[in-house]
Amino acid sequence: MKYLSEYRDPALAKKLIEGIKQISHRKVNFMEVCGTHTVAISKSGIRQVMPDHVTLLSGPGCPVCVTANSDLDKAIALARTGAIFTTFGDMLKVPGSYSSLGEEKADGVDIRVVYSTLDALQIAEENPDRKVIFYAVGFETTAPTIAISLMEAKKRGIKNYSIYCVHKIVPPAMKALLNLGELNLDGFICPGHVSVIIGSNPYEFIANEYGVPCVVAGFEPLDVLQTIYMLIEQAEKGEAKVEIQYTRSVTPEGNKIALDIMNKVFETGDADWRGIGVIPGSGLKVREEYFDFDAERLFEVDVPPTKPDPPGCSCGEILRGIKFPYDCKLFGKACTPEHPVGPCMVSSEGSCAAYFRYRGFEKKS
Amino acid sequence: MKKDRILLGHGSGGKLMHDLVDNFFIKKLSNPILDKLDDTASLNMGSGNLAFTTDSYVVNPIYFQGGDIGKLAICGTVNDLAMSGAIPKYLSSGFIIEEGLPFADLEKVLDSMVKASEEAGVQIVTGDTKVVESGGADKLFINTAGVGSIPEGVYISGSNAQVGDKVILSGSIGDHGIAVISEREGLRFKTIVQSDCAPLNHLVADMLDVSKDIRALRDPTRGGLASTLNELAQQSNVGISIEEDKVPIREEVLGACEMLGYDPYHVANEGKLVAIVPAGEAEAILAAMRKNKYGKESQIIGEIIDEPIGKVILTTPVGATRILDMLIGEQLPRIC
Repeated sequence: MKYLSEYRDPALAKKLIEGIKQISHRKVNFMEVCGTHTVAISKSGIRQVMPDHVTLLSGPGCPVCVTANSDLDKAIALARTGAIFTTFGDMLKVPGSYSSLGEEKADGVDIRVVYSTLDALQIAEENPDRKVIFYAVGFETTAPTIAISLMEAKKRGIKNYSIYCVHKIVPPAMKALLNLGELNLDGFICPGHVSVIIGSNPYEFIANEYGVPCVVAGFEPLDVLQTIYMLIEQAEKGEAKVEIQYTRSVTPEGNKIALDIMNKVFETGDADWRGIGVIPGSGLKVREEYFDFDAERLFEVDVPPTKPDPPGCSCGEILRGIKFPYDCKLFGKACTPEHPVGPCMVSSEGSCAAYFRYRGFEKKS
Repeated sequence: MKKDRILLGHGSGGKLMHDLVDNFFIKKLSNPILDKLDDTASLNMGSGNLAFTTDSYVVNPIYFQGGDIGKLAICGTVNDLAMSGAIPKYLSSGFIIEEGLPFADLEKVLDSMVKASEEAGVQIVTGDTKVVESGGADKLFINTAGVGSIPEGVYISGSNAQVGDKVILSGSIGDHGIAVISEREGLRFKTIVQSDCAPLNHLVADMLDVSKDIRALRDPTRGGLASTLNELAQQSNVGISIEEDKVPIREEVLGACEMLGYDPYHVANEGKLVAIVPAGEAEAILAAMRKNKYGKESQIIGEIIDEPIGKVILTTPVGATRILDMLIGEQLPRIC
């Protein structure tokens, strides 16, 4: 089975779309909460082929976009301490209140892009006289590898490595969105990679307490179409349960080894989400046993007062799913991938970047 | 003094440099024109227009699966000539070598250049060598300029596309870029992705044998197929419509792109071409391409349309149509 090209088969896609049109009668709103899903849906143009009464909303699924200005400002302050500040590439361009890591780098601050935490650890080993900080941004998908880097650092006696952890977890954000009551949600397209780690069980409360159907989806066009079909089936029957479409990678219990590693190093705490605010229990904090690797405890920095998003920028409302990117005054005009204003356009998995890059075009027949 | 690597003295113009030229460049690249050791080569171009191009090669790492900087330096310039319909004839080759490069590495690169030149049927007739201090270059940079002759009656240009023309792609996309990044970042995928680096001039000659009405040819390199198609659309003031399920992509390239978060439409090739041809001749040209070693997987992937002008639209596997943009900035690996 070729898991990529066969999951893009046009004939099978056509069958699924016909199936969706046949069974779908109610007006429904489904939300994806994973940036990779936003990209996958935009890239394949799935929104374009849905019946008019099926609406797909994009939620706070991009870890870069939901990092609050205050956390970005603190990252910049940490970078300015003279440590080697390592980060994933996507974070370079995101604007904070006053500057961005990319601008700081251009000004001579020692900021280095790495592909993984193990690269950051290697930099620490190769530069024993310098402090090395890794900017830990992400969801549950990357948290286990961040955790492993701390365990390795401890094991190898690497004393100059630390992380600035702004990692977040997804289910509390889904709960916060539901509690906000702004959306009329009939289903969640649940994140694929996150669920490989955490399984589908953490979404049970959404179906049981809120009566909202959940289906864990893969990323190929057929995966998403099948997921939408499964959600519509539930909605039409008035059911609410958690199902897995992405069965080739996701189980109800998740990956126990990854979860154990995460739990060894991290505990949950409050986290500030751009557009939503502080969500209790939605962030990962370094446990006491690993305080020696927690940059927030090791470095004292002065962080200037946080400023809100630039005027006209609708990133906050877009992240909550109450506006589409094209509802923003700046979208496609002052704000494009070439000259982005807000983080949703900067990040390769931001809603605005996805909607703009893969914008639809009605072909003349 | 180590005798097995490049020293600053090799670039000084004195005996060391002459020894280097004799023992490496002349020894490997020898031909009657180069052996004269004049500063300028005097060339018989035959009739027709002269095609002239230059390119510099700074790929890191210098070796990768399916090729190296030497092979790239020949094929890249040969292909630029071939994309104008020219028969590539002669190349120059300038080397900027970082002090400390082992002779063995230089030999390996020169051997690749010889092999690629022989396959393409071109000669390196003049060259230059400079040596820079350690850190002044990343091991080796190469510039090649090339000349060729464009046969009578052949007028191929990116501005020639007309509404109704067909778009042919000679094979799978993204191979070279993934091969290079795999090597650079030490990514050991289960399936090794090979660069598709290859000289395309014989393929183009086979196509021209079938039809002299080929409108445009371009080889997608940096920026990938998407950037090349957008350039052609803009140059010709037309729109281009592409069917995604007709575009060949190797499963392993697709897999690597999925893992890294790259879009294969923005990943480089070094041995493929896009041809824009009159609709009535498309099948015949396609048949000729498929008989050639480097065109076996050729497909008609789309057509030229009247709007949106200067843009490319893609029909996706689910039947939606969307804009296919040029690469903006650089591709960065996805976080999760």
